[in-house]
Amino acid sequence: MAENNGTYLIRGAAVLGSEAEDLLIRDGVIAARGTGAATSPDAAGATVIEAAGLVALPGMVDVHTHLREPGREDAETVETGTRAAALGGYTAVHAMANSTPVADTAGVVEQVFSLGRAAGWVDVRPVGAVTVGLAGEQLAELGAMADSRARVRMFSDDGICVHDPVLMRRALEYVKAFDGVVAQHAQEPRLTAGAQMNEGEVSAVLGLTGWPAVAEESIIARDVLLAQHVNSRLHVCHVSTAGSVEIIRWAKQRGINVTAEVTPHHLLLTDNLVRSYNPVYKVNPPLRTDADVQALRAGLADGTIDVVGTDHAPHPSEHKECEWAQAAMGMTGLETALSVVQHAMIETGLMTWADFARVTSTAAAQIGRLSDQGRPLEAGEPANIILVDPAARWTVDPEKMATMGRNSPFAGLELPGKVVATFYKGHPTVLDGKLNTPYRHPAESTAGAA
Amino acid sequence: MKHLLSTEDLSLANAVRILDTAEEMAAVGDREVKKLPALRGRTVVNLFFEDSTRTRISFEAAAKRLSADVINFAAKGSSVSKGESLKDTAQTLAAMGADAVVIRHWASGAPHRLAATDWIDAAVINAGDGTHEHPTQALLDAFTMRRHWSRLAGNGSIGADLTGMRVAIAGDVLHSRVARSNVWLLRTLGAEVTLVAPPTLLPIGVEQWPCKVSYNLDETLEQGVDAVMMLRVQGERMNASFFPSTREYSRRWGFDDNRLRTLDSLGLKDTIIMHPGPMNRGLEISAAAADSPRSTVLAQVRNGVSVRMAALYLLLSGDTREPAATAGAARTTAANANAHSTKESH
Repeated sequence: MAENNGTYLIRGAAVLGSEAEDLLIRDGVIAARGTGAATSPDAAGATVIEAAGLVALPGMVDVHTHLREPGREDAETVETGTRAAALGGYTAVHAMANSTPVADTAGVVEQVFSLGRAAGWVDVRPVGAVTVGLAGEQLAELGAMADSRARVRMFSDDGICVHDPVLMRRALEYVKAFDGVVAQHAQEPRLTAGAQMNEGEVSAVLGLTGWPAVAEESIIARDVLLAQHVNSRLHVCHVSTAGSVEIIRWAKQRGINVTAEVTPHHLLLTDNLVRSYNPVYKVNPPLRTDADVQALRAGLADGTIDVVGTDHAPHPSEHKECEWAQAAMGMTGLETALSVVQHAMIETGLMTWADFARVTSTAAAQIGRLSDQGRPLEAGEPANIILVDPAARWTVDPEKMATMGRNSPFAGLELPGKVVATFYKGHPTVLDGKLNTPYRHPAESTAGAA
Repeated sequence: MKHLLSTEDLSLANAVRILDTAEEMAAVGDREVKKLPALRGRTVVNLFFEDSTRTRISFEAAAKRLSADVINFAAKGSSVSKGESLKDTAQTLAAMGADAVVIRHWASGAPHRLAATDWIDAAVINAGDGTHEHPTQALLDAFTMRRHWSRLAGNGSIGADLTGMRVAIAGDVLHSRVARSNVWLLRTLGAEVTLVAPPTLLPIGVEQWPCKVSYNLDETLEQGVDAVMMLRVQGERMNASFFPSTREYSRRWGFDDNRLRTLDSLGLKDTIIMHPGPMNRGLEISAAAADSPRSTVLAQVRNGVSVRMAALYLLLSGDTREPAATAGAARTTAANANAHSTKESH
């Protein structure tokens, strides 16, 4: 579709899955919604997108993405990762800090931020490291990262747990100064030395060192109590066990300011897959049991778990084509998240599309403090919108993905739901299910409030 | 049966077939010329990523007695130590025309990777992978037990299983591939297995295994046992808080002289004492027990060659192999195995 004047009239989309309505997009915002949209003078010259049968949702916001750049451009770049994000229905991603060099200074987070703006597919919000070099010894310059052009609000040593309780306490306290949040990778290191998979019935048979649920749950229990004690904001990354859900539910009942995320793969897959010894199923935290999967689904449905985060973790093929113990941990997820969540949550009757919008967009934007993401689809709001065909069925083929990673655990599965269009700041980054063109930001000087 | 990867998925028919074939192979070992022409012109690679002289020479002797060409590929001092991947090593061996790969690896599941991928088309025999399985060790243990059990019953071994035999396996079950392979195989053969170990050296999830679990060796002996298998305690466990000290371990879970006497006083005159070797004399087994007439340690070593001959013979030329032997057909078989494992996991 050719470039036009930036005006798009979406006809008859089911907004948040309810009745069909028109949406008029102009100048980066939703100019009108409903019956008047088509006849509005603003609609002049609009490109019409027939959206009957499609669901309109706010652009998805990923709280947990590994873009690998700088340092591991053989695994992913900001360009390829954000193309994958746009195709997956995202308009914003949080880029985790475990790059090389680590995103632990204003310089590195500004670099990632700039790469994201240059790519133009989604908002790239860098996550700052909590500790220098992810080493868990001294706090990184959190304030400098918060004040930088990247305006970092989420801090995480993801991949590594901030296990020192004093350091965790200090981090939680310190980020209050700029309304930050500490996103914890909850993994007690001593209980998980050499861990390869969930500890239980399957690990016993396979002879792989176990990663016990208690190693996650004990850290979460400690951290919610710390967050309560210092009255700060905690986010728990990739919750994977039934016990963790219970602890977070308890903490929220006590009024503790904690949010939590679950990955699509933990909503669908179990450790039985490890019986193949195929490292595509190796991930951290590991795939758990069916009882955990059911508890995570229930927790996401009832709001105990606030958001879906992909933990998109691309790896070069040689890091997966090897022995299980040698293989890297991680799975790609940006281009399958919507379908997996539809399959696991919506088609099971646990959630509606409105709930979907909450857990993939609204709540995620609030955690990351993204003011122009996760907004209602109302007139005057930023036009970050996706159109989804919920009736589509497709078979996952990692070779066809935009991400450089081929490590999708969903390869070969037939899943529902397809992103037909993604509007980012009113611009279609994806049309007809294919990449269109990136958004071009106006001059850098006006870009302060991305 | 294209590969021998584990005993967990070994059927009773195939297990008995391997043991029966091993009896025939044992007869070869009693001849003056200990050699059969069965695998002449076939190439067997012993691919060892972990030192194990005993297992390697046992497989080497087995392959040579079947007239196969044997290549020993030790990972140390080779391209593997320079960072070559398992995939590249496998593809190299495939290019050289290996018909069978006997793989010993420190990583659990490495033989499964060789069998499940298209890196190499050869038959894969697991010669011990990490803390997962060691199927030929379990088969030689079962062979040794079956001879004993059949002799007591006054029957021949051929075609027999181990129905009713009571077997105790004592020691570091958590890290033992020998224990895992024995639990599955002995269950298949009808034996009653009791694992005896300190709770720290049993895996979480062991309660799902087809066996009994005990923390008390003396009680297990008192309840009556026909074979006691002692597992080696690895040196690296000794300072990792799995047990307070080697002396305490030895007192509570070692087969010491007192327990040797206990067998006599309990009237268990036919109970055998087994050990996969190498033994820590004075730790998990006393010298008197290791050297007693009850000990089958050397018989196990001897039987190991027969069992490995049987495995190589059946995989490379026997009638349990999938009918089609062309490369294309074999690849289809591997693909089917993949499909099967995917299906299983859902």
